[in-house]
Amino acid sequence: MSIFYFVAFLAIFFALMTIFTKNPVHSVLYLVITFFTLTIHYILLNAQFLAVVNFIVYMGAIMVLFLFVLMLLNLNEDTEPMKSNLVKIIGAIAGMCLIATFLGAFRVIQPTNELVAGNADIGLVKNLGKVLFNEFLLPFEISSILLLTAMVGAVLLAKKEVRKA
Amino acid sequence: MENIVSNIQGIPLNHYIIFCSLIFAIGVTGVLIRRNVIIIMMSIELMLNAVNLLLAAFSAYRGDASGQVFVFFIMALAAAEVAVGLAIIIMVYRNTKSVDIESLSKLRW
Repeated sequence: MSIFYFVAFLAIFFALMTIFTKNPVHSVLYLVITFFTLTIHYILLNAQFLAVVNFIVYMGAIMVLFLFVLMLLNLNEDTEPMKSNLVKIIGAIAGMCLIATFLGAFRVIQPTNELVAGNADIGLVKNLGKVLFNEFLLPFEISSILLLTAMVGAVLLAKKEVRKA
Repeated sequence: MENIVSNIQGIPLNHYIIFCSLIFAIGVTGVLIRRNVIIIMMSIELMLNAVNLLLAAFSAYRGDASGQVFVFFIMALAAAEVAVGLAIIIMVYRNTKSVDIESLSKLRW
C-alpha cells in the first residue's frame, strides 16, 4: 500500500524536474523516468497491457523521437530560450491556482472507494482484446487511418523542399 | 497477483484523483513557464499521461474495461500528435533557426 505513495512522490518529483531543468536533454531523460514511474502505477492497478504499451510506445518510441529531434537540432543549455523571472513566477502561481481549484472541487465530490469485486483481471491482454475487437472495432480501425495520415503528414512536412529551376 | 490486487484496495480513489491532478497541473505550469517548443510538447505529453492514469484507475475501481481501451486510443493519438508536431518543429527550426515559441508570434496576424 505504501508503495503507491512512494512511487507517486517519485513521479511528482521527476515531473517537477522535467519542467524546471534548463538543459532540454536532461528534461527528456527526467520525463522518461516519470513515464517509468507511471508504468509502475499501471502495474499496481493490475493493468498489465497498458503497462507494457506505456513502456514500449511512450518510453521506447515517443521519448526516443524527442531525443532524436533534440540531437538533430543540436540543442543544449546555451541555446535554451528562457522566460523572464516575472513570467516564471506568474506561471507558477497560475499552476498553483489550478491545483487549489482542483482540490476545492475534490472536497465536494465523494467518490466511492470500493472495488467492484470479481473483475480484478480486466487489465489482462485477453480481456482487453475481447472488448477492443467487439465493442470498439470501428474506433480501432479509424485510429489506424489516423496513424497512417499522421505518418504521411509527418514525412511530407519534414521533407526538404525541392527547388524547381 | 492476488497480493497486488489486495494492494490497490487499500488506496482510496481520492488519492489517485489528487495525484493525477497534481501531475496535470505540473504539465500546465510547464506550458506556461517554458519557451522551448519541444519542452512545451513534453509538458502536453505529461498532461496526457496524467489523464491516462486516471482513466485506468477509474476503470480498475469500476471493474469496467472500457476505460483502459480509451487509454489505448489516447496513446495512439499521442503518437500521431508527436510525429506531426515534431515535424512542424523541425520545419520551423529550418526557417527561423530557433525553437523559441516567440519566433512563431507572427502567426497572430
